[in-house]
Amino acid sequence: MSIQTGISRRLALAAGFGAMMGAAPAFAQAEIKLGAVLSVTGPASFLGDPEKRTLEMEVEALNAKGGLLGRKVRLIVYDDAGDANAARTFATRLLEEDKVTAMIGGSTTGTTLAMEAAFDDAKVPFISLAGAIQIVQPVKKWLFKTPHTDTMACEKIFEDMKKRGTVKIGMISGTDGFGKSMRDQCVGVAGKYGIEILHEENYGPRDTDMTPQLTNIKNKAGVQAVINPGFGQGPAIVTRNYRQLGIAVPLYQSHGVASKQFIDLAGPAAEGVRLPAAALLVADKLPDNDPQKKVVMQYSADYTKKTGQPVSTFGGHAYDGFHIWKQAVERAGTDNPAKVRDEIEKTKGYVGTGGVVNMSPTDHMGLDLSAFRMLEIRNGDWTLVQ
Amino acid sequence: MERLLRSRWALVLALAFVLAALPLVFPSNYYFRVAALVNIFALAAIGLNLLMGYAGQVSLGHAGFMGIGAYAVAIGASRFGLNGAVAMLAGAAIAGLLAFIVGRPILRLKGHYLAVATLGLGLLISMALTNEAGWTGGPDGMAVPRLELFGTRLRGPDTWYMITAGALVLGVILALNLIESPTGRAMRAIHDSEIAARVVGVDVAAYKLKIFVISAIYASIAGSLMAFLNGHITPDGTAGFLRSVELVTMVVLGGLGSVLGAIVGAAMLVILPQALTIFHEYEHLLLGLIIMASMILLPRGVIPSLLARLRGGGA
Repeated sequence: MSIQTGISRRLALAAGFGAMMGAAPAFAQAEIKLGAVLSVTGPASFLGDPEKRTLEMEVEALNAKGGLLGRKVRLIVYDDAGDANAARTFATRLLEEDKVTAMIGGSTTGTTLAMEAAFDDAKVPFISLAGAIQIVQPVKKWLFKTPHTDTMACEKIFEDMKKRGTVKIGMISGTDGFGKSMRDQCVGVAGKYGIEILHEENYGPRDTDMTPQLTNIKNKAGVQAVINPGFGQGPAIVTRNYRQLGIAVPLYQSHGVASKQFIDLAGPAAEGVRLPAAALLVADKLPDNDPQKKVVMQYSADYTKKTGQPVSTFGGHAYDGFHIWKQAVERAGTDNPAKVRDEIEKTKGYVGTGGVVNMSPTDHMGLDLSAFRMLEIRNGDWTLVQ
Repeated sequence: MERLLRSRWALVLALAFVLAALPLVFPSNYYFRVAALVNIFALAAIGLNLLMGYAGQVSLGHAGFMGIGAYAVAIGASRFGLNGAVAMLAGAAIAGLLAFIVGRPILRLKGHYLAVATLGLGLLISMALTNEAGWTGGPDGMAVPRLELFGTRLRGPDTWYMITAGALVLGVILALNLIESPTGRAMRAIHDSEIAARVVGVDVAAYKLKIFVISAIYASIAGSLMAFLNGHITPDGTAGFLRSVELVTMVVLGGLGSVLGAIVGAAMLVILPQALTIFHEYEHLLLGLIIMASMILLPRGVIPSLLARLRGGGA
């Protein structure tokens, strides 16, 4: 009897979760179903949380205006907590159970790559919100992405260095996923801009003092600038140590620290630091004739009003993904996954928070270097470098 | 009834029957995938339960062995051109060897030294997988080539459900046989009283080491199966510290020293997060509450507590 109890319990559990999931509403026909697997909690929640809020806000606004093609849009969000295995399960669930016709999400590169095959098999378009270049290189038929890549950030920095006549640089990078990836991308494109990396150092994501590494860079003769690919508190500590050591050459940070928090953490030491960032951060400082001015001001105001929190570029990626998908559905006149995919690929001149998007069969991101603005921190605030 | 309970073949047959019958009621591939994950985690939990429930030792880095199994098939197939099945066995061998090397000095000591050592080992494996990006693809993970057996490419959750179900049944048979063998009797003696076991001539350290190695191999095989099922693996998803904690939770929740308990524990921790998504923001809260309630009401784990209650009620 007891064995049966254990087994029937297992069956009951299986039946229980089956019943909960099978409860799809009967009026589903009329709705357009949009799926989103995001890292709303866990270590990547700083990405997933604003993405989820943005998608919910945009879907609500769209439905209030009568929806898409006269149909309501239903957004189905699952939280993978940053776990690639969970993301893959939710991807299968979106496709098999919820029968979504498109997907926006994958907050991190790991979860995106874990889910990619599921959408490829099901032939459903998937717009990722993660950074790494592997997502769109090589091009995968059903996979797109909205954020700029780390390579582009490196290129923007090198472009600025060249303008200032800098050719020999030092580099100190974090060993976290972001720092590592960007370091590799920077090394990869340095040659293209004639930049020579004379000396390299790195630090762990939880290190609290980078003075020894920076001393090595300081002692290296001929270094004309230093670049710091990194994320979180590391770059703020690097910036403070950099000033304490009195290193005179310019310091470049990455788009990974493009938030007010960095200025607060680094304090006066941040003065004069340059970094590439999306237009969204400096919405109010953009000149009126800037093509992105209108969209970033609008999104920024809506988001702050709705959530009471400052905008982040990550929420902006979700905004862009949603509107690229929305416009593709409008052009296709249907939510048929294959037709929507073709239209997403034909996106031209979409002006979003991340830049102007021009996609093609060989470019599933569609951004160029103009997506980044070079910023300099002056008097504790961002200023645009002209 | 007591005899039926004691018969290991009754459990195996019942499990095989349920696993074979479930596909008849599964409406979609999603159910196959969730069920396959239950099988995989159950396999790892059974191995860990041998160590925790019989040898009385906790491993806080067991996901590290899963990571070895997962990356063995990914790296073996993509960089060395090994067949996936061969790579899986190689991974199991590496995991077993590592467990032997780490366990040999530590298991001679009494107390929770193994817990600390495995905690460190798990973190080290996870760090190595994250940092050796040239081999492992770094924190973003790497793709796993599809397993090819006898000229056919194995893909799709339904196929992997069948394979993992077969592996689980095999794992259960091996575990039950081990428990009934002289080794198992020695283990139970150690668990009841280490001193008494030593007095009657049981080589405590050697038996503990044996079980530790076996449990590492179980975890490695589970990791390989997960890699094949997912087709893409990340260090955190396979070898992360939270994964280790999850495995320990499965064992404790289902019941220490119960093979069926490990399966139930794995099923609960895999299925509950899926079932609770309808509660949106409250899903984590509810999951915690369910686990807490289960531990308070069924303190020895789901299966042993229920069995004890049934026996008590019947007598």
